[in-house]
Formats: sequence, structure tokens, C-alpha cells
Amino acid sequence: MSSVVIKVEGVGKSFVINHEQRERYTALRDVVSQKAKKIFSFPFNTKPAVSKETFWALNDINFTVEQGDRLGIVGRNGAGKSTLLKILSRITEPTKGTVSIKGRVASLLEVGTGFHPELTGRENIFLNGAILGMSRQEIKTKFDEIVDFAEVEQFLDTPVKRYSSGMYVRLAFAVAAHLEPEILVVDEVLAVGDAQFQKKCLGKMQDVSNNEGRTVLFVSHNMQAINNLCTKGIYLKNGQLILQDKISRVTDNYMSHGETFKTKEELHTKIDKAPSDPDFELLDIEMFQNGDEVFSSVVNGKPLDVKIKYKLKNKLTGFRIFMDLCDDSGTVIFRSFHDEATDGMQALEPGNYTSAVTIPNDILSPITYDLRFLFGIHAIRMVQPMEGVTIRIHVEQTGNYNKAYNGQYTDGKICLSLPWEIIKKTN
Amino acid sequence: MSSYKEKDGAWDLVIGKGYSAKNYWKDLWRYRELFYILSWRDIKVRYKQTVVGAAWSVIRPLLTSIVFYFVFNKIANLDYTGEAPYILMVFVGMLPWSFFSNALSESSNSLIGNSNLITKVYFPRLIVPASSVITTLVDFAISFGIMLVMMAWFRFVPGWQIVLLPAFILLAFICAFGFGLLLTALNVKYRDFRYIIPFVIQFGLYITPVGYTSSHALQKLSPGLHWLFQLNPMVGVIDGFRFCLLGDPIEWQSLLNSIIISLVFLILGLFYFRRMEKSFADNI
Repeated sequence: MSSVVIKVEGVGKSFVINHEQRERYTALRDVVSQKAKKIFSFPFNTKPAVSKETFWALNDINFTVEQGDRLGIVGRNGAGKSTLLKILSRITEPTKGTVSIKGRVASLLEVGTGFHPELTGRENIFLNGAILGMSRQEIKTKFDEIVDFAEVEQFLDTPVKRYSSGMYVRLAFAVAAHLEPEILVVDEVLAVGDAQFQKKCLGKMQDVSNNEGRTVLFVSHNMQAINNLCTKGIYLKNGQLILQDKISRVTDNYMSHGETFKTKEELHTKIDKAPSDPDFELLDIEMFQNGDEVFSSVVNGKPLDVKIKYKLKNKLTGFRIFMDLCDDSGTVIFRSFHDEATDGMQALEPGNYTSAVTIPNDILSPITYDLRFLFGIHAIRMVQPMEGVTIRIHVEQTGNYNKAYNGQYTDGKICLSLPWEIIKKTN
Repeated sequence: MSSYKEKDGAWDLVIGKGYSAKNYWKDLWRYRELFYILSWRDIKVRYKQTVVGAAWSVIRPLLTSIVFYFVFNKIANLDYTGEAPYILMVFVGMLPWSFFSNALSESSNSLIGNSNLITKVYFPRLIVPASSVITTLVDFAISFGIMLVMMAWFRFVPGWQIVLLPAFILLAFICAFGFGLLLTALNVKYRDFRYIIPFVIQFGLYITPVGYTSSHALQKLSPGLHWLFQLNPMVGVIDGFRFCLLGDPIEWQSLLNSIIISLVFLILGLFYFRRMEKSFADNI
């Protein structure tokens, strides 16, 4: 039997953007001077001194979550994911609508909230635990487990300001991982910390949810983590809920709604603007047909050579490029991994690399495709640019496909030139 | 979602505009451990470099008292008619005043100082300024110890009135907490309160009878202005401290004013704080 533990009804959150005053906070002097301006300018000028605009960070959100669900929330930056989590965890109040909740909610919007650098590891475990809503007794009984999980026994009585950043994050994660509320709300906290430990944390969250029927709400840009952890998903775009469905459908839909590039300039701007990643940097993607560089328009009569140039900043095991060929509605026609021809996972030294692949002639249909590249470290995380790079290509018919009828288009998503034989029966 | 109909009562929590009030005081109780731990953190961090931390809370009121003793007693030739030495009288007045001023400056900055918590976790925000006022009570306790040493030095024994002292400590607490709440909430919204508070504290040190007594002030002021002097709620608190510890006479009007004004500001502070609380995370 399933029961609804979170019911979100018509929730919206608005912020007022003040166009005249650009300070991050209000200062009394501004308020006073605005008021004064208004009074003095009133007889001459009926226009308000400040133009205000209401911005809806979230608008009319409705969904329900059942007990034991692991709900992934996806959307681009600024889509309202964090605002939604903040409303659910009662940090800010919605402007309209209501959220009804059954059970205790603990939210983990940041790793190590409230850690104090002067305090020791031991003291910070108690402090952080209390801040996250654990009782002293609860922390005491789990203390050894937490220390074990964080692997910091020797440094328990050292102030955390002397910890390495890795130790700090591990300790913070460890406390959070031992939270046991009925509903756990987790923001993109796995973006920091080393890969192995991230995996450990994801595993822990999954265990807690599977074995004890806890409900988890999880925001991440890491589609692999979301797909692994969550059962259901919602997709937010510009403050609105576009889709609530099984997680795989939601992430597929999200991935295929990324921006596409039609010119090389657009691609380069995107590459330059991408947030920097500690391990990876995409340098360029080039495409050639018979030695001539092409970009968005290609012909299917010649093979398409794709060259992906990138830099690895650290030694990486299991680095992977995904190449997806999607049709214009986002359906993946095939996915190919750049390391699929190799034996097992490769360990790559830092340096500049080019991965090249050829899409043979007589495969692409004369339609529009989205050729999408995603970059990740196998079973660990996706790297920046998180949503990948998608190039829109228009294919022109020049190949052997359907030659007899001048390549008459037949609605196929791919067009293989298959070796037909016509044999007359002789008897 | 009409298939799932339940009365509001079946939910543990309903979040929405104006819904939060219902559970607030229950939450405050549930988060009492956080309250202890935040106070404990502030105290611990403050006295981590023990010598400096503890010494500071002794040196500041002591030096100010000595300076006041010279300025008011030696230079301005004010006479103190009580049994205690002048400097002890100043220090007894300095005790509640430095508690009040520390509590005010600590609590008014407490929300901004803890902005990382405010924007990331829910808890009744009242805990933050409250725990910072509690923290300053530790300084108060240390100063109180110094006062006992001074009393022993001057061989001064307080009378029976000392049993009433806790009531005046409570009054000082209420007074500091009420103003602190109001100022901390205002400080989140209007950051210029950061500059106003040190000024108020500095100003207050002179209009409050710390270096002199209330009777000095009332003698010099024309009777028409007595009410203005007695509007300061700390006048009643300091008079009370001197009454309990030194056996000085107490002005009932000041005491009554102090109680009323402290309670009014506590209610006002609570009310304003609660109203602003929901938008702290958005404004901070």
C-alpha cells in the first residue's frame, strides 16, 4: 500500500526585482531617500521612482511523493530546483500554495553546514548533527559508525581547520549520511568530494531508502547518479514543472532538451563559457567529410569523421565519451562509447587527447539529427559541461540509399543500404 | 488529486503562507538541543584560546571602571554617599551595563554571522539571538567573580538584599533580549543598523548611571527632565544591582519604567522577529 507523504499544491515563489536599486541588501538610507524622492517628486512626476518587477522562481507546482519514493529533481541552473528544496525544508516560505508533509524532514542542502573551523572533529560531529536535526543521543549511538565511515579516527581531536579538504568533506558527508529522518531532502552535495567517497554515499542513501522505506528527494546535475539512485523524477524548467514520470523518462527528456548548436561559433562560445571541471576540459569538436571540414550540414554519401579534442587534467580511470545520435524529437537512435573497442577500463594519463570516430556512409537519413556528446567518468560522475554538447546536423541525400528512386525519403530514422539480391527461381 | 482527500489534521506539517505560526513554539521546544549546542559552540570558540578570551571579558569592564572612577570621582569630584568605595560602586553598575551592551552587539550580529545556517537549514530562528545572549551571560559570570574579589579586597559585605539579585539579572536579560531581537531582525533587512548599534552603546554608556549614580543625575537634572533620564530601562536595572549589592536606595519610578519598557520591547521584539523571520533566508 502506498501513501502520500508529500503533497505540493499550487506552490509558487516570487521575488521582487528592483530595477533602480542594485544593492544586494536594503540599506535604511536608500529606503529613506526613496521615500523622500517620492514625496518631493509627487506633484511633478506621477511615475513611481522605482520600477519593480515580480519574478516567479517557481510557479504553480503540483506533485505528490509517496512513501519510499526516491524522487530525482532535474532542471537547468535557475530552473527553481533549489528554491523548491528550500520551500520543502522550510527555509523560505512559498508566496502561494501549500505543501503538506507527513513525517520528519531533514534537509542536506550543503555539506558541512555549520562546521566551525576552530572546533575539533569530534565537536563538529555533534554540532553538525544537531544542526541537521539529530538528537544528542542519536549522535552518540552512531558516533563510531560516523567516524568509521569518514575514516578520520586519528584526527578526531584536531581542529577541523587543520584537516585536508578531503578529510573535511568526508567527515561532513559521514554525519549527513547517518541522518535518519522519514524524508531526506538532498541538494547537489555530491558535486564535491572524491569519486570513491561519492559512490559510498550514494550507496548509503540507497540502502537507507531500500531497507527502511525512507523517502528521498534528490537534486543533481549528475544524470548517472540520479538514474542510479532515484525511482521517479520531476523536470523543472523556468520555474514550472514540465514532467513527472519514471526517472529514466525524466532524465531522457531533460537530456534531449539541452541547447543545440548549429554553428561552430555557437559551439565555441559554449565551450568557453562552460564551468571549469577539475578533471576535464573540452577543447573542440571537429567533423570532416573526405578531408573537408563540415559542421551542421553533411551528406550521407560520404563517411563522417568526428574528432573530439580534450584535455585530461588528472590521471583518470574509466573516462568516457558518449556519442548519441538522436532524432529531432530526442529519441536516441544509437549510443556509442569512445572506449567500447578497448578491453576493460583504461587509465589515461593527463594530457591532450583526440578521440576520433567515423560514422560510415549510407547510415544517416536525409533528416535533421541531434548529435550529442556527453563526457563522464564511468560509474562515478559526469564532467563539465554536464548537459553535454549537442550539434544539430542536417543530412543531405547523396548516398546509395534507395538509388533507383532517387533517394525518395521513406520516413526511416536511419537508411542503410542493404545488400539485396533478387533471385529468380529456376526449376 | 481529488482521489487523495484528507483533512489537514492528518498531515504533520503544512507549509504555506501564514501556516508556520501553529507549530512554532512546539518546534522551539523540539530544537532545544540545537539551542544548547549553539550556545556551547559560541562559548567554546570564544574561550578556545583560553587566556585571551577569559582575560578580555575581565579587562574591558575593569579598565573602563577605573577610568570612570578617575573621571567622575577624581576629576569631576562627584561624591558617593554609600558605604562602598566609589570604584566598587562603578564596577557594580558596569556589570549589568556590559552584559547589556555585549548582548546587544552579539545578538544583533548573530543572524548575519550565522547566515550560512539560516540559508541552509530550518530551525526556529529565535534560537540564534537567544543563544548569543546566553553566551554573554558567561562573560557576566566572570565579571561577577571579579566583583566578588573586589568586595573581598575592600572588605565589603553585601546585605540581605542580595537575595533579590536574580530578579534583576532576569530583568537585565529581558531588557537585552527584547532589544536584541528587534535589532537583529532590523539588521537583516537594513544593514546600516550595524553602524547604529556601536553608537547607541557608546552613547548609552554616558546616559546610563554607570560612572555616577542615579541620585547624582536626578539632583543635577531639573525635575521636569527626570522622566527623560528614567526612560532608559537600564537605569532601573543598575539601581537594582546597587540596591542588592551595595544597599543603595532604589527609585521606584525607574524600576517600574524599566520593567514596563523591557516587557514592551520583549513583546515588540518577539512580534517583529516572528514577522520578519520567514523572509530572513531571502534577505540575508
